[in-house]
Amino acid sequence: MSVSFLISQAKGIQKVIDENSAEIEVLDQKIGDGDHIFNIQRGLKLVVELEDSIKDLPLAKALNMIAMKVLSGIGGSSGALFGTFFMTMAKSPDLDKDVDFNKACEMIISGIKAMKERGKADVGEKTMMDVLIPVSEKLNELKNESEFKSGLNEVIKIAEERMLSTKDMLATKGRASFLGERAKGHIDPGARSSQLIIDTICKSVINN
Amino acid sequence: MKKFINNNDDFLKESLTGFGKAHSDIINVNLDPSFVSRKNKTKDGKVSLISGGGSGHEPMHGGFVGHGMLDAACPGFVFSAPTPDQMQAAAEHVDSGAGVLFIVKNYSGDIMNFQMGAEMYSGKNDSIVTNDDVAVEDSTFTTGRRGVAATVLVEKIVGSLAEHSGSLEECKKLGEKVNKNAGTMGVAFTSCTVPAAGKPTFDIGDDEMEFGVGIHGEPGRKREKIQPSKTIVGNILEAILDNLKPEKNEKNLLFVNGMGGTPLTELYLVYEDACQILQSKGVQVTKSLVGNYCTSLEMQGASITLLKCDDEILKHWDSPVHTAAMRWGM
Repeated sequence: MSVSFLISQAKGIQKVIDENSAEIEVLDQKIGDGDHIFNIQRGLKLVVELEDSIKDLPLAKALNMIAMKVLSGIGGSSGALFGTFFMTMAKSPDLDKDVDFNKACEMIISGIKAMKERGKADVGEKTMMDVLIPVSEKLNELKNESEFKSGLNEVIKIAEERMLSTKDMLATKGRASFLGERAKGHIDPGARSSQLIIDTICKSVINN
Repeated sequence: MKKFINNNDDFLKESLTGFGKAHSDIINVNLDPSFVSRKNKTKDGKVSLISGGGSGHEPMHGGFVGHGMLDAACPGFVFSAPTPDQMQAAAEHVDSGAGVLFIVKNYSGDIMNFQMGAEMYSGKNDSIVTNDDVAVEDSTFTTGRRGVAATVLVEKIVGSLAEHSGSLEECKKLGEKVNKNAGTMGVAFTSCTVPAAGKPTFDIGDDEMEFGVGIHGEPGRKREKIQPSKTIVGNILEAILDNLKPEKNEKNLLFVNGMGGTPLTELYLVYEDACQILQSKGVQVTKSLVGNYCTSLEMQGASITLLKCDDEILKHWDSPVHTAAMRWGM
């Protein structure tokens, strides 16, 4: 993981999220309040715009700047959760040394753990954590493998399955939780956007 | 979408700047990070009250900054929780050393961002979370009720206690009591349109209403055919009374809140219906509030809040207040 990797991922994710924005917006209007897609799009735009100010910085500093930008520029649950994610990644030890696949996995795992604590949500509660926690568990299995590309294909599959599994869940966290039974039958918009993010990153790593 | 708007990116900034100019005798507006604070510095020893939330609920919360209510308010983007740096900057700006009480509506984004703001603020602080919306039953399927219009009452009543030298602990305790004594439920006839979305948040038929709607247009209990006001009001009150169970001799405050698109004429009609129904059930109404206080952009609809009042609550309700949206006694 490097600063240029972060920037290129942000750009790739921005493209995919923009392509799927109408779908996510509709999902959020069904069971949420419709702000999720705008928050994610605003956050990605802000991060992509950071390119010139972070491209020559050490990784820890760049991650911190991304964290503060996300935290102060987005708002809503997404801002707090993704801000927490980047802030935690920035605190990882030895970021001045080479960050290999194993190390990158550990950073992502610790970031997702911090999101889980911040949102106090676990698997089965119809939130983005339904995608991110299983992904983090899979990365924990994969991190020491030298042949990780086939494993990333499994990550893609897990993210998709777990995203789809939110459809029939009752929500107990987030705005959808206020709906009880009425939230059933709709995929959680946060789970969908997270799945798209995971999908984009994994595919880009596999193809490079 | 038909709105007074120049371009979406400047929507909030332009509105806040106008708010600051229109009420420059009471408040200041700080941009980047945005917060509204009182014109005058918090007096030494007075606990500071800070609230905030997504914009689009005006006059909540900026309109409640001033003597007898809030010390500062942090507006987020439309319907999105504000960010921790706003809370931190507002707290640093207003705290006179007696501590800060954050008043937070129970929505996950607000909870998380206020928590982070509180962690980032080094001074003494505490928080209360409002959750007065009875539309969502406390069941195994729901962990929490939404914080809605009763937040206005919490801010007024706790604001008075803070003005009368209440400590941080006492302010928190009173705020929790008011929240516990209050129940709210709302109904929407039309959707609202978030400027960034450009189209209505939900579709609703000309003859339909969303019963138990949230303050962002998020769905409530059920979609129904529209009915006469007395029936709607009766159903709302039934849900609230079922939850609050006021005693026969207890005093109550009845608050009819407009969602933004319903004229006052109708809100007063709702108030009249509610008074009659409550009287027939032997529920005493001794205080009133009617108007648009906790809105959902241009949504047509209203919410009703009932607050059970003891002497302490009544005293702090009546005490003087001078804010952009609420003023009496001074």
